Amino acid sequence: MPSSPSPFTAAVASDSAPKTLAEKVWAAHLVRKGEGGQPDLLYIDLHLIHEVTSPQAFEGLRLAGRGLRRTDLTLGTEDHNTPTQDIFKRIADETSRKQIETLRANAEEFGVRLHSLGDDEQGIVHVVGPQLGITMPGMTVVCGDSHTSTHGAFGALAFGIGTSEVEHVMATQTLPLAPFKTMSIRVDGHLRPGVSSKDIILAVIAKIGTGGGQGYVLEYRGSAIEELSMEARMTICNMSIEAGARAGMIAPDQTTFDYVQGRPHAPQGQDWEEAVEYWKSLRTDDGAIYDAEVVIDADQLEPFVTWGTNPGQGVALSEAVPDPEAFGEDNDKAAARRALEYMDLVPGTPMKEIPVDVVFLGSCTNSRIEDLRLAADIVKGRSKAANVTMMVVPGSQKVRIQAEEEGLDRVFKDFGADWRFAGCSMCLGMNPDQLESGQRCASTSNRNFEGRQGKGGRTHLVSPVVAAATAVRGTLAAPSDLDPVDA
Amino acid sequence: MEKFTTHTGVAVPLRQSNVDTDQIIPAVYLKRITKTGFDDALFASWRKQENFVLNQEPYRNGSVLVAGPDFGTGSSREHAVWALRDYGFKVVISSRFADIFRGNSGKQGLLAAQVDQSDVELIWKRIEEEPGTEVTVDLEARTVSVGSLTVPFQIDDYTRWRLIEGLDDIGLTLQHEEDIAAYERQRPAWLPRTLPART
Repeated sequence: MPSSPSPFTAAVASDSAPKTLAEKVWAAHLVRKGEGGQPDLLYIDLHLIHEVTSPQAFEGLRLAGRGLRRTDLTLGTEDHNTPTQDIFKRIADETSRKQIETLRANAEEFGVRLHSLGDDEQGIVHVVGPQLGITMPGMTVVCGDSHTSTHGAFGALAFGIGTSEVEHVMATQTLPLAPFKTMSIRVDGHLRPGVSSKDIILAVIAKIGTGGGQGYVLEYRGSAIEELSMEARMTICNMSIEAGARAGMIAPDQTTFDYVQGRPHAPQGQDWEEAVEYWKSLRTDDGAIYDAEVVIDADQLEPFVTWGTNPGQGVALSEAVPDPEAFGEDNDKAAARRALEYMDLVPGTPMKEIPVDVVFLGSCTNSRIEDLRLAADIVKGRSKAANVTMMVVPGSQKVRIQAEEEGLDRVFKDFGADWRFAGCSMCLGMNPDQLESGQRCASTSNRNFEGRQGKGGRTHLVSPVVAAATAVRGTLAAPSDLDPVDA
Repeated sequence: MEKFTTHTGVAVPLRQSNVDTDQIIPAVYLKRITKTGFDDALFASWRKQENFVLNQEPYRNGSVLVAGPDFGTGSSREHAVWALRDYGFKVVISSRFADIFRGNSGKQGLLAAQVDQSDVELIWKRIEEEPGTEVTVDLEARTVSVGSLTVPFQIDDYTRWRLIEGLDDIGLTLQHEEDIAAYERQRPAWLPRTLPART
């Protein structure tokens, strides 16, 4: 039995000096405080795995004769490599198939729960965790995937790790880590109609830069954040990594509790009461000091879009392609020139006059039921522009099933979009869902890097409603640019 | 892991900021299940362009990459470090590294040396004036030297110590097995378990 009080109690969370949310969660997971320049040893509550970053870690365990310490805190799903059509056939790409078969064999050998292609719980790892109620406030969550920051929307400390760390967590259920610094991102005011959480995070990244968050945990707070749904909060935390931060967090509140309650792995009865009491203590204390603070005015935000080849190269959709010579630093000028060359864009071109070839609605950033509903609302009763193909890839099989129950698949199909099975798909093009060289895509994903969606492909990051409006108009567009639907 | 004290080798100037891990190794190469043999995958897209720095003598055999700010951003893929290592790089110099890339490097014996941008500019100048110039990176002294120029670099004490000693993290952590077990005993029962599965 415990000799000291559990760190998971409100009393301990709010002892002595005022703390930030991130500091509270960190303190509750300290196995051992590092001394003399050594890192702290942190306990990991949940380890999510997938086929791409785990095979070498399992192999490492085997070579060292080590076991997987806590299979009951480990969950696997197949997502990066999986096809989104013909999923019940043998996977055509041999190396993809081999990687997936390796994950299945490893899960079997080590006793890890795995949701495989074709299973109703299969899907993108960051959609599956929250939907099962396995992601909860105050937890530490890791995965060999940088978008693990998504789970921070619940007030969890969640971050991506490399394969060596995956092996480390498998063997020890801990990670040696130096404490992060904390940054407050306060979003005051209220979002206007047609502006979404994707626009908040793109604006944050444009403001602080792709390296601005390095070394920090970002805590999103303020009225505009509190008004967001859990799904919208996940979109924001998801892209914290695009600002250079390993983790983003939002303090849990009633919206969070309502989302978690009743999910398959959520606590029940007395356990639920105890958990909620603790979770309510996970708010940054008055007087706690952040290492850095940023303020954004939600009332001023417009739909946002990227023009370049990193997520910090973005502007409001109503603006034009910027002139590289207008950037202050030589490095930024050079980067902008290179980006515009790759993107085949001319400075001064209004963003809304840029035609696209492909619209991709999906990825761990924007593939949840709410994203699909918002996009379906826009395309319903409208016709797709002839120059555009549109692909809709639900984040999980559960999302796909729910969308079909609501008839959203019908709306997308009637519009002329492709309705697919769940997976990472065209976000990174590891499966056959790729742009052709020279194609331009409005994508609800998270990275507009050169070649990310297919060699030579050009990516504009947008919100689901902008993606939908773009599919209607054929050029980058906001819903407000569309003619009303005939009644 | 091999011990790292000093390294001397040809420096390669990569005058570009925001070199993300998708550029270091495109996703198509991530389907492999091995941990070695990624040398062909390093900068695979860029290497198809004739004027890319690694396609030019004497940089082809470089072992110290001197890059612009925000190196290693984006995806957590450790394959980026494996590809740099398998190609022959021992050190990457930049004024800013993405956190995950920096962590991954430290686990694989690749030194991520953080140098002020003004000093990176000086190193670039030197190695471009005389392509093929060797630089010496001294981990004990935390310095990078090119000819008469010596500049400091930053690395956290713990990673430096582990690299110098060539130590494996897992072995170090398992020395604290009792602490881990003690922590586990007081975790509350309501925390989720993935097994048995509930759906």
